[in-house]
Amino acid sequence: MASDLATYLLTSVGLVFFVAGTVGLLRFPDTWSRLHALTKADNLGLGFIALGLVFQAGDWVTVAKLALIWALALLAAGTAAQLVARAALTDMASRGTDPDANAKPDPNADGEARK
Amino acid sequence: MSGVFFDAVLCALILAAALAAVAGRGLFRAVVFFILYGVLVATAWLRLDAIDVALAEAAIGAGLTGVLLLGAVARLARTGARAHDPPLAVVLTAGLAATGMTAVLGWSFLELPPPQGLQEAVAASLPDSGVENPVTAVLLNFRAWDTLLESIVLLAALIGVWSLTRDEAWGAPAGIPQHVRPGGVLSTFGRVLPPIGVLIGVYLVWAGASRAGGAFQGGTVLAAVILLAAMAGVLRPPRVTARRWRMALVAGPVVFLLAGLAGLGAGAFLTIPPVHAKPLILTIEAALTLSIAVTLALAVLGPPEDAAAAPSPDAKGEER
Amino acid sequence: MIDSATLYGLTGAVLVGLGLFGFISRRDLLRRVLAFNVIGSGTFLIFGAAGARGTEGADPVPQALIITGIVVALAATALAVGLVIAHARATGRGTLPEDDP
Repeated sequence: MASDLATYLLTSVGLVFFVAGTVGLLRFPDTWSRLHALTKADNLGLGFIALGLVFQAGDWVTVAKLALIWALALLAAGTAAQLVARAALTDMASRGTDPDANAKPDPNADGEARK
Repeated sequence: MSGVFFDAVLCALILAAALAAVAGRGLFRAVVFFILYGVLVATAWLRLDAIDVALAEAAIGAGLTGVLLLGAVARLARTGARAHDPPLAVVLTAGLAATGMTAVLGWSFLELPPPQGLQEAVAASLPDSGVENPVTAVLLNFRAWDTLLESIVLLAALIGVWSLTRDEAWGAPAGIPQHVRPGGVLSTFGRVLPPIGVLIGVYLVWAGASRAGGAFQGGTVLAAVILLAAMAGVLRPPRVTARRWRMALVAGPVVFLLAGLAGLGAGAFLTIPPVHAKPLILTIEAALTLSIAVTLALAVLGPPEDAAAAPSPDAKGEER
Repeated sequence: MIDSATLYGLTGAVLVGLGLFGFISRRDLLRRVLAFNVIGSGTFLIFGAAGARGTEGADPVPQALIITGIVVALAATALAVGLVIAHARATGRGTLPEDDP
């Protein structure tokens, strides 16, 4: 019972981060601030959800798998954010203007699924 | 009740993503929505209790197809090719045809008689198959023909991709030359992830004997490792003429064929005697995983395009 | 009350329609490849959902065939993408000649 409560609580906190990240992704003006919003959602939101699920895990192997999933998502999100930011910089330098807000959606923008 | 609600929301998301991928503006955006679509469809497979399919869809449908299409968008952008919007008459006709198709398919689905199901037949023969995962048993034992022919189809597709190489680029590393900042995030990523990826790929194959997973899912993860290492500049993409890579390409079909021929002794082609089933299937699966990984990675990398890196005509057949 | 398998089967039918619409009406060859993939996964969904109706546990035979199908779809897509790129390189266009206004 207590473990169910912990799961509800932690996944809810995770969802709040996802909502905040999605709002940021949709509302922020340029690529870099959107990335900022997105990586917060990915890292903290997923982290809290994984932590919440730990209380439902039957054994330590499942806990280790959950931790691995979070660590890999963290690594991939961080790398993708760096690459997208660099691509946006190159884009701006080559055009001499601000990158068009809609021209290049972030390939990692899974926030769009949760609109 | 809440389960059906979740399914309805998921179906709506799948349809929205498919619509954006098919009819939305901009190729790049369409491909991004297609990747999202793949992830959502994988979730749908989970809901249908088909975990093996969900893994395959996530790894292949969303993952590798996404990489392939994103690379194609970048290459097409370089040629400056653009398409105009179709005329209204075409859109209306297509809409009509599509609506008719959907209506017929939906109606036939609703009219289908209740399935007999092959669960019991598969479960009854499972002890003889050498593995405990029924899907793996069907793939590698009961319907081994399909899988054998499939591994050959993969090879044929790769040969098709390679045949698109221009003469002057033949023998160069597969795909376009990759430029990576040394010491940058991508090259670091390309060094950190492959060991974990290999571990997960091999685990998926191993787990596939008793739980969800198998040669296709594991092979796809390994293909992704090869692709990532190539993109991060850690691994030079294999040359299409490299003999060792070619041997990896044919290992799966060859081992499978040999096992099938050995089955002739037990009665018919591809007969797998229950006594030897487990080691035989594991051997086939290991060889198949290797071939799937290399074939898919090379197919996604595409034909060699860097004519400057191709060997001179008399130095062909170089081994790496 | 509609059950989940029926819901996914009907979604598959709509996906085939959507893909067919894109395949006919869009002119970019790459978009057609994409639409063709949507037709493919819609077909798989119909097939898989048909095998999951009203039974205990999913039927492993359709699952195995669908996995085979997904892998073959990727191989076909890779060949199609290769052809599209080769065509674009040769002609400078991402469309077929008869579709050019």
